[in-house]
Amino acid sequence: MSATRAAVPPKQQLVGAGRPADRRRGSTLLRHLAVVLAAGLLLVAVSYSVEPFRNFQLATVAAYFCATAGLTVLTGLNGQLSLGHGALMATGAYTVALCQTAFADRGMTGGWLLPLSLAAAVVSTVAVGAVVGVAAARLRGPYLAGVTLAVAVVVPALAVTFDGVFNGEQGLSVPVEPPPLSLGAYFPYERWQLWVTGAATLLALLLLANLIRSRYGRTFRAVRDDEVAARLAGIHVARTQVLAFVVSAATAGLGGALLAVLAQSVSPGAFSLTLSLFLLMAVVIGGLGRLSGALWGAVLLVALPDLTHSLTELLTLSPAVAQRLEGNLPLAIFGLTLIVVMIAAPGGVQGLLSRLGRALLARRPTRHS
Amino acid sequence: MDRFVFLTVDGLSRGAVYAAFALALVLIWRAARVVNFAQGAMAVAAAYVAYSVSTATGSYWLGFVVAIVAGLLLGALVDRVVMRHVDHASPLNPVIVALGLVLLIQAVLGMVYGSEFRPAQAPFSRSALTVGGVAVLSPYDLFVFATIGVVVSGLAWLFARTPVGLRMRAAAFAPEVSRLLGVNVGGMLTLGWALASGVGALAAMLVLPTELGLHPHAMDLGFVSAFTAAVVGGLDSPPGAVVGGLVVGLLLSYVSGYAGSDLTPLAVLVLLLAVLLVRPGGLFAPVAARRV
Repeated sequence: MSATRAAVPPKQQLVGAGRPADRRRGSTLLRHLAVVLAAGLLLVAVSYSVEPFRNFQLATVAAYFCATAGLTVLTGLNGQLSLGHGALMATGAYTVALCQTAFADRGMTGGWLLPLSLAAAVVSTVAVGAVVGVAAARLRGPYLAGVTLAVAVVVPALAVTFDGVFNGEQGLSVPVEPPPLSLGAYFPYERWQLWVTGAATLLALLLLANLIRSRYGRTFRAVRDDEVAARLAGIHVARTQVLAFVVSAATAGLGGALLAVLAQSVSPGAFSLTLSLFLLMAVVIGGLGRLSGALWGAVLLVALPDLTHSLTELLTLSPAVAQRLEGNLPLAIFGLTLIVVMIAAPGGVQGLLSRLGRALLARRPTRHS
Repeated sequence: MDRFVFLTVDGLSRGAVYAAFALALVLIWRAARVVNFAQGAMAVAAAYVAYSVSTATGSYWLGFVVAIVAGLLLGALVDRVVMRHVDHASPLNPVIVALGLVLLIQAVLGMVYGSEFRPAQAPFSRSALTVGGVAVLSPYDLFVFATIGVVVSGLAWLFARTPVGLRMRAAAFAPEVSRLLGVNVGGMLTLGWALASGVGALAAMLVLPTELGLHPHAMDLGFVSAFTAAVVGGLDSPPGAVVGGLVVGLLLSYVSGYAGSDLTPLAVLVLLLAVLLVRPGGLFAPVAARRV
């Protein structure tokens, strides 16, 4: 059984099965903690050395990374395709907006309010994700894609339907407190934003990375590779799929909440179907099923519009043409890249990098194994 | 009662369009086991071509014909250039590629035409004729019913009665055997894509005048409704798609008439979830067995 299953390369190649055997000893938690601490220190160092706008961009990358990491766990490791993650991000974003507004209206202040709102965003998204996940666990392939697509199209429209609460197309503003005075009176706001989003994202990633390496991560992969075999091995398939969806929804909600805190506003236009497709594109181009791939995807989501913006500035175009190009050129490039990557390099950027790395290693004459 | 009659006719008219669109999805699903998530964007692209032709020449009908031809060509192109080269080992791959196409097509349309709404012209009056004091049917509704009727019966005739239809069914049912018997399986697949995309373009031409107008995202919700229609009927069944389309059209019409048009997207989602959770194979499926 296992031999025949192992002889199915395409799926393995697509989703990039992790390293076959982890040879490193020691506590996984400690190792991940070390990586996260190093990343945090690096982030703080970087936040002091670059200009405020770059800080803001990095913070946006962090927020997207949160969402793409969750999506890559769901799609890459558990094999469930979700086109509805933009809607889940919207859930988190609106929750944080409502919470922060409620706190501000009651005149409450304090450093613990923002974490509380973010936690509330995660909780509400978990609830929504559980509902969608229970439905998703019974669906496969195109059916699942269709339902999640419907979620992505319908949920932003709800903001208009219930405009008493969500204020329609206008959206809500998210009141966020300035950085604490203990950091100094002239502490740049963008640096504070990067610290907040960076900390939240690193925490989420630490949990995700541990989850992937745990028993649950293994059951995710087992269900993806062969449901029947997984069931025979005593894994509750539906429960595993719902769990994967809920975990993924939680990170997507946190990512959406962070985006809302960064932009200090939420509106349905920001969480359209296009955002859901962007997220999917980001994880596919980065390399499905790897957290590092999700990072590449998040970087791309922020960098590509920036690049096309500079490009349209370089070419001297009439304002109308420039405006059309600026909004749509990144989309066209994203779409084209998605198609090309799916056809030519299903492993994505991270797959290419790993292949490159292996090729370099193999060329070295003295190789210890 | 007047209102009910009006809503029913309106729903059937809208449903006929969804039926055609769902039929296009079913055609590709049967031929290639791919749900073409780019169908909506492709249809809108064809409608934009028709818009250009109509504004340049002043003739609606020339634009109408051009839209269908553009749809046929676009479908063949998508199959030949993109879908043929996708690894179908995982069902995720074609879906992801189709979504890439959605992004690409919508972006190109946005670049060429901008993202403001363009008026979509209707060839006949949309004000309803009254029969015995009750507003029933507009000439445009009649036009929609007639066109969809011709298309559906034409497709049924093509698949059931013609050698080409037989070859297409054979190529979809048993590609290897058909190839051995001399059927051009690849060509049949391309033909299937072209036909489906042409029908999709026609459906877009019919539905756009009843909505806000032309916009790169104009068929996003329409696609979801049509997908729901196809699922209600069971993705494998062309008659099911037609019935599903009518059911969805009626439901949307009643919901928007009695409960408010803001609620129609939610109604579609609820219907889709309900059907998938209760009868995943659609209303017309025999007892479904999922292959795992």
